[in-house]
Amino acid sequence: MKAVVLGGTSGMGRAIAQRLAERGDAVFLLGLDEPDLERSASDLKARHPKHAPIGYALCDLERPEGFAAALDAADSALGGFDSVIVTAAMFATQDALEADVELARRLVTVNYANTVVFCEHARKRLLSRGGGRLTVFSSVAGDRGRKPVAIYGSSKAGLSVYLEALDHKFHAAGLSVLCVKPGFVKTAMTTGLKPPPFAGEPDRVAASVVRAMDARKPVLYAPGIWALILLIIRWLPRFVMRKINF
Amino acid sequence: MAENLETATYGAVLCRGLGRSYGDSSLPAKASDKVVATRLANRILHFDPSTGVLRAEAGVSLVELNRLFIPRGWFSPVTPGTKFVTLGGMVASDVHGKNHHREGCFGAHVRALRMRLADDSLIECSPAEHADLFYATIGGMGLLGHILEVEFVLHRIPGPWVWMESERVADLDAFLAALGEAAPKWPMTMGWIDCLHRGRTMGRGILMAGRWAEPGEVSAEPPRPTREKSVPFEFPNWALNPFTAKAFNAAFYWRHFRRHFKGPIAPEPFFYPLDAIHDWNRVYGARGFTQYQCVLPRAAGAAAVREFMDRLTKLGAASPLCVIKDCGPEGKGMLSFPLEGTSIAVDMAVSPDIQRVVDSLNEFVIEAGGRIYLTKDRFTRPAHFRAMEPRLEKFLAVREKWDPQRRLRSAQSVRLFGDPV
Repeated sequence: MKAVVLGGTSGMGRAIAQRLAERGDAVFLLGLDEPDLERSASDLKARHPKHAPIGYALCDLERPEGFAAALDAADSALGGFDSVIVTAAMFATQDALEADVELARRLVTVNYANTVVFCEHARKRLLSRGGGRLTVFSSVAGDRGRKPVAIYGSSKAGLSVYLEALDHKFHAAGLSVLCVKPGFVKTAMTTGLKPPPFAGEPDRVAASVVRAMDARKPVLYAPGIWALILLIIRWLPRFVMRKINF
Repeated sequence: MAENLETATYGAVLCRGLGRSYGDSSLPAKASDKVVATRLANRILHFDPSTGVLRAEAGVSLVELNRLFIPRGWFSPVTPGTKFVTLGGMVASDVHGKNHHREGCFGAHVRALRMRLADDSLIECSPAEHADLFYATIGGMGLLGHILEVEFVLHRIPGPWVWMESERVADLDAFLAALGEAAPKWPMTMGWIDCLHRGRTMGRGILMAGRWAEPGEVSAEPPRPTREKSVPFEFPNWALNPFTAKAFNAAFYWRHFRRHFKGPIAPEPFFYPLDAIHDWNRVYGARGFTQYQCVLPRAAGAAAVREFMDRLTKLGAASPLCVIKDCGPEGKGMLSFPLEGTSIAVDMAVSPDIQRVVDSLNEFVIEAGGRIYLTKDRFTRPAHFRAMEPRLEKFLAVREKWDPQRRLRSAQSVRLFGDPV
């Protein structure tokens, strides 16, 4: 596999990039911070037993004008790619978003509008070579409107619907789209939040994501227990949702 | 929790890795202190396959390192008895392993450290550069500065299997003699003894010795990963009592039903027998447990070890686990634990009586000229520590130079060194 990872320097993106490099895949990292990208690329090289190409370029989800150039850089460094993974996103607590409308605008733009734009750039490139895999991190927060993640969840809900539609539309053309819906995973993003009893570890979530990519699955709840939890949550009547603070 | 230690350690008082120290060395003295959890800082920055030199962020764990490098023919020069430890923790505790008599502590294989100091500046230190800082950091329990990056040398191994030979030994004298005999012959040795058995067979146990197996004597297949078990719930406090502890020990002893075992074994069960059972501590119930580990100098002889065991059983410190090890010469880390002699480690349930037990054991250790292991300590008194640690003055002088305000501190340093809270 030749994979481009947007967000591959931290959290689950890092764990996935590490797994791919360890099994010998070529990996190209896209991220915000140059020293961070450089260190992460060194890490992948040290983990890589076969020395397939590893590279990186700057790419910021707040600057859609740079998306095409970043993907072109990956293209020339890897000699074409067949997989694009997006783990980058913004997170803020509901309280912070309610207190700052500008922050809410940024978060919704990054997590929905700009992520869709990035995926469109990636989709066109993948389809021009007969398809491939697009893996995007949405969230369980997008499955139902919930009090503690009203704004963040809505941005992810839009993204989930887009990914589902994309999968229907281009599946026959050879593009498989995987929408990952992580529950609580212990990463830097969730630092300071109280982990629920079934919080996931980035390593194990990454392993399940790579398996689902290989199996060309369309949706993955990670850790798997969240599929069950959300099955129940999705069927809860509105008056019950109003009562609970889940 | 932080991925970027360089930004996260700014203004922090302590770093914490995987939190497997038995005592309070990775805990803050007060809740408002900023402690950085390092385990997400897990990038390997450089590996040179021609020399084995590896540089990595301090949060890289031994689990990860083993997973990546054993298949490629490399292994950490020194490994403690758990793989749930970070590189930063291995430096701060200057961990020792089954090969201490050959390879010394982990610190002996460290070439350089990148650190954030108490004044928030960044610095690189090594045996040549800021040597005082370097040697005080090795075994210095994270009190000299935050360890950001560790550069050390991996050892080449011939394959992914360990060749182990073990034997059942009937009593303590025979045990110590066998341990002494095995040390020059084997790169790795350790023993488990039944410290609950009294009288003639006190100190019966199992002696284990090992070396990396050559490709010719084992199967070409790498060992299959074993399914790890875990303790699903906390046991009630009464579950572990002198009777069950005795039963456990007898079972452990007789499980080794042949007098001798000889053959290949996977590295995991050899190096980390207890890691196979996750959440092992739950056996001790809600009161928890600690460990007591001390080293008695060679000069004190086998008599001191026997006397220590005697005192332990008389104090009623029932323990299902007692590990004994032969240590080589003292290392260069200013507060490193090992000392040429015999190290003894016992698990202890935390009980209202524990302070008295630890005090009494410490008094014996001081008399014998030994010392305790800070990584496993929770109950030692400052006066006792001072009495067993002639190197303390020098260590404190180096601390005075790099952190005169004692900004970097842990619950343990407040307790033992009187740091300001």
